[in-house]
Amino acid sequence: MIEVRGLVKRFGEKIAVNDLSFDVEPGHVTGFLGPNGAGKTTTMRLILGLDYPNAGTVKIDGKPYAGLGYPMREVGALIDAKAVHGGRSAYNHLLCLAQTNNLPKRRVGEVLELVGLTEVARKRAKGFSLGMSQRLGIAGTLLGDPAVLMFDEPVNGLDPEGILWIRNLMKALATEGRTVFVSSHLMSEMESTADHLIVIGRGSLLADCTMDEFIARSSGQTVRVRTPQPDLLAKAVSEAGPGAGTGDGAASRTAGPAGATPTATAEADGSLIVHGLTAAQLGDLAFDHGVRLHELTVVRASLEVAFMELTADSVEYRSGQGPGGEPAAASYEDPAQRQHTVEGRI
Amino acid sequence: MAATTQSQPVLTTLPPASGRAGFRGTLASELTKIRSVRSTYWTLLVLLVVSVGIGAAITAGTAANWSHMAPSDQATFDPTQASVAGLFYLGQLVIVVFGAMTLTAEYSTGMIRTSLTAMPRRPVVYVSKAAVFTVVALVVTFAAAFISFFLGQSLLASTHDTATLSQPNVLRAVVGSALYVTLCGLFAFAVGAILRHTAGTITAVIGLLFVIPILAHVLPQSWYQDVERWLPDAAGRALSVTVGPAPPHLFSAWTQFGVFVIYTAVLLVVGAVLFRRRDA
Repeated sequence: MIEVRGLVKRFGEKIAVNDLSFDVEPGHVTGFLGPNGAGKTTTMRLILGLDYPNAGTVKIDGKPYAGLGYPMREVGALIDAKAVHGGRSAYNHLLCLAQTNNLPKRRVGEVLELVGLTEVARKRAKGFSLGMSQRLGIAGTLLGDPAVLMFDEPVNGLDPEGILWIRNLMKALATEGRTVFVSSHLMSEMESTADHLIVIGRGSLLADCTMDEFIARSSGQTVRVRTPQPDLLAKAVSEAGPGAGTGDGAASRTAGPAGATPTATAEADGSLIVHGLTAAQLGDLAFDHGVRLHELTVVRASLEVAFMELTADSVEYRSGQGPGGEPAAASYEDPAQRQHTVEGRI
Repeated sequence: MAATTQSQPVLTTLPPASGRAGFRGTLASELTKIRSVRSTYWTLLVLLVVSVGIGAAITAGTAANWSHMAPSDQATFDPTQASVAGLFYLGQLVIVVFGAMTLTAEYSTGMIRTSLTAMPRRPVVYVSKAAVFTVVALVVTFAAAFISFFLGQSLLASTHDTATLSQPNVLRAVVGSALYVTLCGLFAFAVGAILRHTAGTITAVIGLLFVIPILAHVLPQSWYQDVERWLPDAAGRALSVTVGPAPPHLFSAWTQFGVFVIYTAVLLVVGAVLFRRRDA
């Protein structure tokens, strides 16, 4: 169990982590999502005491990290797989880590076998591929059989086999009742592994919910309709005006921007995709305008799109804009531009 | 049960732990770190070879030239100082690199983040690192000092002007050279903790130990005489002289060494505070 409360970290003028609070619960995989530069790595470094916060606290099972009796027995953390002295062999690297926490030597051989590095145990780490380095880093996290595991972008740069291996390992660790906290800037990685999501952008919390809630909220506002009168309905939708989609209580933290103008887009198969209205609102709208409907379906939006919409305004570096970007509100006012941004990133 | 599948657990359960991770484990870990990289062996081998080799070259050269030397030069020749000169002047350079790298290599490789995640109590890491470095440096510098001394004296045998450890100040010079060179390494370790950058640290230490004393010679003679005893490298000169009067304007040998100890201690404390306080 990791408890983060009111965490603030500034680097000079720049706020990397802005009043962040969340819990990471045991027994499932918690995905830590955000665009590049959102503050994920900084947050993890603050949890581990590598960086000191300007404000706020982090507790792991009730204690700050530096106060843990045997830190490696309680937390296994992999921030950077390349943070290894390249001149040291895999075995000796793990041995010097194990010794700090008085862990038995045999443990080193065991974790090397678990991650499949036994054959290169005596080879120097500088010759390791990124995949092998990730495996070595993960071996290090498992040395102390910890109840809490943290991985920062563990699948970055891995081949499909390595990605699958890490996914299965994380699931297995969570099934054993451990707390697994894993960061990523890609939603697609989380779709098949995470049960819970913590989404941040520009250092602030954007969402803290279960994966199911995230799916439910993000798809609630996208509806597919078939009608013999598509032009009439499209006109009705565009005239519904901003704010039409706000009355349904879906304007929670993870919902799309409240007050955006509903849009209807014609698909190649003749159906219409409507954003910004719920199925009920769209049905009522059609009834009011005397439009006949042949299909009315809530679309489970791709999580990737939902994630990008959620974080669109907190993306640190965006093509077509200066570094740092414009204030958050700027792109809300122009749905067309926002749409463009989202598409541009797919 | 050899044919186990990938998913079957390979891990055995850990024995229950009591107390908390502290110096015992971290000292063992730092010893593993220092002995598990090749650069340690190369550096220490270079230190031994250069120290002993230069000492041997100086003493052998002197012995070959002895009959041509003026009697006044023969009278002031210091066989002890000559034999350990290699350690003093070049061993010092090597140990500075070794001392600096002890901590800065962890920053350049990123290993420091892994180390401080395994052991977040930073003072324990800092003190363990310094302690393991000091012990390794002492072993190597003592070996270099005594090998240089005995080899040098045997090469000087033909001159009949050789030193033995029982003569006044000779043991002090041999032991002192090892201690002085070790202290130079610790000095570099501390500067490394402050600067966290290998090249910057080596440049800074060479500036403080070698360049400033040279620049000090530019001062007017009377000023230099006042300043000399406060230079960090003066300890080396005070300790190594065994023949003739003690160098003027310097403190006694061990007091002069104490000046250098104080400089090093101050830097070690500054390094410790920064190591503790800064983001890793």
